[in-house]
Amino acid sequence: MAKINVDGKVFEVDPNNNLLQEILSQQVDLPYFCWHPAMGSVGSCRQCAIIEYANDEDQRGRQVMACMTVPREGARYSIEKAAGFRAQAIESIMINHPHDCPVCEEGGECHLQDMTVMSGHTYRRYDGMKKTHNNQYLGPFIGHEMNRCITCYRCVRYYNDYAGGTDFGPQASHDNTYFGRFQEGPLESEFSGNLAEVCPTGVFTDKVFSKHYSRKWDLQTSPSVCAACGVGCNINPGERYGTLRRVVNRFNDEVNGYFICDKGRFGTGYVNSSERITVCMSRDTHDGRPVQIEADTARAQLKAMAGSAIGIGSPRASLEANFALRELVGADNFHAGVSDAEFGLLNQVLDIYSNRPVNIANIRDIENSDCIVILGEDVTNTAARLALALRQSVRNLGKEMAAKLKFPNWQDAAIRQLAMDRKSPLYIVSPHSTRLDDVAKTVHIASAADAARIGFAIANALDNSAPAVSDLSVDEKTLVDQIVADLKAARQPLVVSGTSLLEPALLNAAANIATALANGESRCNLALAVPEANSLGLMMLMQGSGNTLGKALGSGSKQAIVLENDLYRRAPARAVDSFLGGLDKLAVLDTLQNRTGEAANLVLPAGTFAESSGTFVNYEGRAQYFYSTFPAKAPILSSAKWLTEGKKTEEILAEVAASLPGGAILNKLTPGADFNFAGMRAPRQHHRYSGRTAMRANISVHEPKQEQDEDGIMNYSMEGVPPLKDATVFSSPWAPGWNSNQSLFKFETKVGGPLKQASHGVRLLDNSGAANTWYDATVTKASGDGFSVFPVYHLFGSEELTSRSPAIGEKATAAYVALNPADADKLGLAASDGVQVQHNGAVPVLLRNSIQPGTVGIPVGLDGLNFQDMTANVSLEKARDWQSPKGWRAANIIVSDRSMKKGEAN
Amino acid sequence: MLSAIGKQVHVIWTQIVTLALVFSHMFRKKDTVEYPDVMPYMFPRWRGRIILTRDPDGEERCVACNLCAVACPVDCIALQKTEDENGRWYPEFFRINFSRCIMCGFCEEACPTHAIQLTPDFEMAEYVRQDMVWEKEHMLINGTGKYHDYNFYKVAGKSIGGKGKGEARNELPPVDRRSLLP
Repeated sequence: MAKINVDGKVFEVDPNNNLLQEILSQQVDLPYFCWHPAMGSVGSCRQCAIIEYANDEDQRGRQVMACMTVPREGARYSIEKAAGFRAQAIESIMINHPHDCPVCEEGGECHLQDMTVMSGHTYRRYDGMKKTHNNQYLGPFIGHEMNRCITCYRCVRYYNDYAGGTDFGPQASHDNTYFGRFQEGPLESEFSGNLAEVCPTGVFTDKVFSKHYSRKWDLQTSPSVCAACGVGCNINPGERYGTLRRVVNRFNDEVNGYFICDKGRFGTGYVNSSERITVCMSRDTHDGRPVQIEADTARAQLKAMAGSAIGIGSPRASLEANFALRELVGADNFHAGVSDAEFGLLNQVLDIYSNRPVNIANIRDIENSDCIVILGEDVTNTAARLALALRQSVRNLGKEMAAKLKFPNWQDAAIRQLAMDRKSPLYIVSPHSTRLDDVAKTVHIASAADAARIGFAIANALDNSAPAVSDLSVDEKTLVDQIVADLKAARQPLVVSGTSLLEPALLNAAANIATALANGESRCNLALAVPEANSLGLMMLMQGSGNTLGKALGSGSKQAIVLENDLYRRAPARAVDSFLGGLDKLAVLDTLQNRTGEAANLVLPAGTFAESSGTFVNYEGRAQYFYSTFPAKAPILSSAKWLTEGKKTEEILAEVAASLPGGAILNKLTPGADFNFAGMRAPRQHHRYSGRTAMRANISVHEPKQEQDEDGIMNYSMEGVPPLKDATVFSSPWAPGWNSNQSLFKFETKVGGPLKQASHGVRLLDNSGAANTWYDATVTKASGDGFSVFPVYHLFGSEELTSRSPAIGEKATAAYVALNPADADKLGLAASDGVQVQHNGAVPVLLRNSIQPGTVGIPVGLDGLNFQDMTANVSLEKARDWQSPKGWRAANIIVSDRSMKKGEAN
Repeated sequence: MLSAIGKQVHVIWTQIVTLALVFSHMFRKKDTVEYPDVMPYMFPRWRGRIILTRDPDGEERCVACNLCAVACPVDCIALQKTEDENGRWYPEFFRINFSRCIMCGFCEEACPTHAIQLTPDFEMAEYVRQDMVWEKEHMLINGTGKYHDYNFYKVAGKSIGGKGKGEARNELPPVDRRSLLP
């Protein structure tokens, strides 16, 4: 630690960080633009100028940029003395800035507005001509208004350097500099939405939000957790006039840091969908006429089913809702609402995490890893945020090189110059090419079974007590040797795999590698992607029971309660049809209408994540509590409340804590419903929230009492202690003078460190006592005629709820069959043909060299094909009278398509 | 003794003066007016009934920036932004609850486009409170109000229908992003 003196105040700072970051960590205001905590310093905007004095006698000092300066022990600095320079710098930045704050989506949460005011530039003296720029269409997610640009280069540093985008960059020169795509069109990166948060002004804005825009201060927000995949990124949803308006990142240094993916950000449109279930419906027979019923009647009918009905849980419902259903129907009658293959895989994940000596990798562990092996998981499409972290991990080689030369690690541009193309090794073994191929050292295309064999071989080569595999090909042996050499040399290796390929051996192989690398206290990082927001939570509630969905479907039960689940996405349609047909009474609790709901006798409207509170357990076994953002419109209720007759969510959570082994830690997740600070709870609304006495005056001029929230410690109002004081929950970042999301540092213990007000969530799995044991290296190879099938996932379209959001729908593609061109030749298929899949309809064909002959990729969850209806092998034939679906263009498909650019077929 | 008599005389005199003054008002001009038969003169900058104005081209001036709503101390303004096909912002609805309004004029001061203005009309009483909730169609007039010339979109850098990039006041034509020339 170094002691420095800033304007007479003495601070203890970390000399490994730059001066700007350390000054901000001390909660002192210093303007900046180009520096970003996740992206380091480049010193281009000249805003963080500060005077550095040589010694105590020095009265004149010299001007330095704080973001490019190492804090010197005993040094004296002055922020005030450089104020004049900063005011001049911002005046010149503002010369071409258009006069359009009132019609800018950034207005009111604009870092440029804040810094202009903070620097003291209040009056425009320049009255010459302003530069202008044309805008581009950048797809359904991001709006472009280039006139507002201040050329801080944050967008390029984020989009290209951080997120690995290749279609975007700076163009033109000097003060004509332009930031956009080289050719107009949708941004390719799956993380483009972060541009809206990274851009300090309104050049890149959230287009989906703009369609139903509200100022930041008018949004009712709460700390929430993304429900779109198993990573569990922390988010801040914002509501106005009863509809969900937008989602922004909520910082959690262990789960998602400063960024989230586009599915999470733009995939919540379903909350406002016209397909929402909003009333209770009932009918006597499956094909009878449904009638609307009162909530009390519906509740009574649901309660009457307890005892005789079986329950089917859901990996996208909260821990509380699943637990409530389990209590209602009894543990023996509670079945996991996941496909049978997934059931086994998820149990296996829990087993690995609990009983193997591995370190369950969080996002920071991933970013710090310096040798990565990805076994069969298309991380970008199944757990996108992890892919962004993996892109950072390959930079560790450059950082190590820099450290040897005594470069500080925040010297971002210098480190990139030094490292050039040299990266930490990242190996991908996958049945098709993936979006991470561009940072990989080697991409090996192999089926899931072969990938598992390679994994077992690696483990065996690392530790010869691990089970061996025979009959590796020469190529595979070379690969194994290479990976083993890099893993042995690594400081912090990481193994990534997941459930998506539905191959149990793959998980075992990943676990064996990690086990082989465990060395006493130091353990290998292991990250296993899981499919849905609460997949692991649901499996924890199963507590080893064998109640699979298949068992439920074959149980012959006459009554069933289905919780937030479309069974047609979990099991073959024929099995579900016969199960539903055999029921006397089917109760469905869900948010959106779906095929299972169509057969229901009793439909109860359930709240989405934005309207209900609860807990999700993410891929690392981390339980995270999400607070409802706005009250559900009656009779909509959270599923947990339907199933428990309105028990408080926190009461149910306490019951879960008592019933799960090692679950007591769940009680630490929230401050408790009775918590208050000086008699007050925390507000969901900003203290500048407007329109309270007019927003519902068209309905009645008499204002009702504020909606009460029984769950948690937050109010649906602006009353209470804001997070800047001591709210214990973090609704939305704001600090005096800092209206934008850059105010976050005021809430962090130090820049980039944990938040003062928020919980990280709690890890439910403990493997501290685990010893080295091995999984058998048995891999069952599918046999039979026809093509062997592997699932392909799409970030946009594969997930059930987000795919029904308008913006995601625009990005999603129709179903297809992905084939090797050689196989297509054998079937007589051309690129423009359709293909008939057994038991299913005809879909377009997608030809890719990167797919192994004899295998076909079938997309999961896309309209037109039901993956659950596929068997391990399928027969294909050319479709007759084929017409491509409207808007179909094979080139549109982002599925892991880097290779396309190298001039591949199609 | 003499001073006591003098005091009494003074008291009687002042009462006579007072009476004379009161009676003299019978012959002066009246201060009260026969409202509503006679309307009082209202000064142009009187803060009364709120209107929404149009720019000199006849388009709605309000761009739905929400600044009036946030400036309002009683939170009686609610609106929602929407956009036409050419990117021009305007309010989808604009509602003022006049039963809450205190005619402070902060909204007018906050308005960056001179859209919202207070007028010298004060006759807004209603028998039913619900009738004091006004929507955009009740407030939008066909004129510029007190400020005749200002046209926000002619100054702002955002392009709208009929005004492309570089066509606002003091703007150069858009740069060619493919050129590296100085």
